[in-house]
Amino acid sequence: MLRYLARKLFIYLLTFIVAVTIDWAIPRFMPGNPVDALVSRIAMMPDANAALTSYFMAAFNLDQPLWRQYFNFWSALLHGDLGRSIMLFPTPVTTLISRALPYTLGLLLPSILLSWYVGNMVGALAARRKILDNTVLPLGYLLTATPYMWLGILLAWVLGSVLGWFPLAFGYDQALKAEWTWRFFGSLVFHWVLPFASLFLVALGGWAIGMRNMIIYELESDYANYLQALGAPPRLVRKYAFRNAMLPQITGLALQLGAVVGGALATEIVFSYPGLGWLVLSGIQNQDYFVIQGVFLFIIVGVLLANLIVDIVYVVVDPRTRVGLQGDAA
Amino acid sequence: MTSTDAPAAAGKAHGNEFLYFASRNTKLVIGTVIFVLFLLAAIVGPMLAAYQPMTFDAPPGLPPSADHWFGTTLFGQDVFSQFVHGLRSSFIVGALGGITAAAIGMFVGFFAGYRGGLVDEVLNMLTNVVLVIPTFAVLLVVAAYLSVRGLGTEALFIGLTSWPWAARAIRAQTFSLTSRDFVDMARLNGEGTFRIIFGQIAPNMSSYLVMTFILLFGGAILTAAMLDFIGLGPTDGISLGLMMNYSVMNAALQLGMWWWFVPPGLAITGIVGSLYVMNVGLDEVFNPKLRAL
Repeated sequence: MLRYLARKLFIYLLTFIVAVTIDWAIPRFMPGNPVDALVSRIAMMPDANAALTSYFMAAFNLDQPLWRQYFNFWSALLHGDLGRSIMLFPTPVTTLISRALPYTLGLLLPSILLSWYVGNMVGALAARRKILDNTVLPLGYLLTATPYMWLGILLAWVLGSVLGWFPLAFGYDQALKAEWTWRFFGSLVFHWVLPFASLFLVALGGWAIGMRNMIIYELESDYANYLQALGAPPRLVRKYAFRNAMLPQITGLALQLGAVVGGALATEIVFSYPGLGWLVLSGIQNQDYFVIQGVFLFIIVGVLLANLIVDIVYVVVDPRTRVGLQGDAA
Repeated sequence: MTSTDAPAAAGKAHGNEFLYFASRNTKLVIGTVIFVLFLLAAIVGPMLAAYQPMTFDAPPGLPPSADHWFGTTLFGQDVFSQFVHGLRSSFIVGALGGITAAAIGMFVGFFAGYRGGLVDEVLNMLTNVVLVIPTFAVLLVVAAYLSVRGLGTEALFIGLTSWPWAARAIRAQTFSLTSRDFVDMARLNGEGTFRIIFGQIAPNMSSYLVMTFILLFGGAILTAAMLDFIGLGPTDGISLGLMMNYSVMNAALQLGMWWWFVPPGLAITGIVGSLYVMNVGLDEVFNPKLRAL
């Protein structure tokens, strides 16, 4: 079990190093030399010295040798310095991100977990049941093929614009002050419903299809046939099939995280929802590269942590990983 | 089968069998028809379009009419023209991105699976690292720093980040084929690694490779649409994702201009959905166990 987790941990550490290296290298080795443009842009701003002396800018010090720049970059990162925003100078990037993060997490966590749970249930029910299967399967394929933002756009248009049931934009009513009152909380939930629903629905289809296929596969396996031959009730056979079908779905959860995060960013943009996606969009529009890079690192760290949690859950769920058999290896 | 057509059937039994089951598989037929319709629209559409996609030469904000089939944007651009040109972009990105990813995935998968040992360890590590990295975030940073973005670069970067699962699947398949007798025979014959992989192993999993490519193709289209929507699309043209981006950024939702944002999303859903359905159909055609008889 320790060997299994250690192996995973090693891969995550390596991934983190690779990601940080990409984050460091892209601005430097991209054609058109964006760093030059950036430095000259900052030099034209007031208080430029303050920005240039920050750890992060030290990492951009181009007259130093490359290895030194790389080292500086890491040192700034480990001090929690992601630079300062250019569009909202001199706000540190970390402040902007920590302001946006609750909104993104509030969308992502419930939609990922709920869609996974509901999708698995629906898929398990649909497998080998003619009528249900014939509706769930096409619907599932339709949903997984839908781009996240388009479903968001459709929901916003029909339920927000035409019917007027839900607000079209922002994280809460802009007339309210951000404070912990019931009215504000209600407004938060009200604005949360549509972005959540679009993320939930798109992800739901994939889980339902995956579970349905896994159940059919498990029901064809030897142990299921044997149980049936012994005269076990279909419910019991299905229960065993379900427990075995869960394992690849747990691994799938880890693999899907990156895609869902991308979907959340796009969905936030549809609804002008003040999370990381919206932050990235304004970063792109204002060429605020530090913000984009900061969000990048946050997403990487978040996804790696989530992967680790999934791995620990996997160890708990699959006894083979505990007794040294590899189970779902690598 | 009667005895008279037996000799003819024996000659090209394999091709006939594939066509026989393919034409009787509803999923494959429906998926292919939808896909081909969109492909035709992408090829022929730009020739039919009476207006340029990006010029502002029409009255703004018109709903669909005989003159402007899909209406016009808030700025007086013809939506139909944007739509068919965007379709073309989507197919190009899907094809280029899919080919890039399939090439890398095949290379990594074949060599890791066939050579084993240290090669496998290193390639597997690489695969796992790229698999865990949220590739969308990488694309975000890369695209943000590119001041000029073309369809080609977009497709290339999507291909460079989307191959890991394909490599993994191909590796597993190669692994099981490597221990077969015919591979041993080829090895005894003194054939090189390259020849064995492409002469012995690849042909025996060709159906699998086709299906992998189809999924990579669809995935590349979806990823490109998402990137374009976030504002990192091609800077020199139009795409379906960019259309959605422009419409949302310019209050098409509030103004109820549905003809601006419904077609691009519908097309992406249609193309990707048809690819998925085709994939399931192909699986049933190739795999006799799954055929519903």
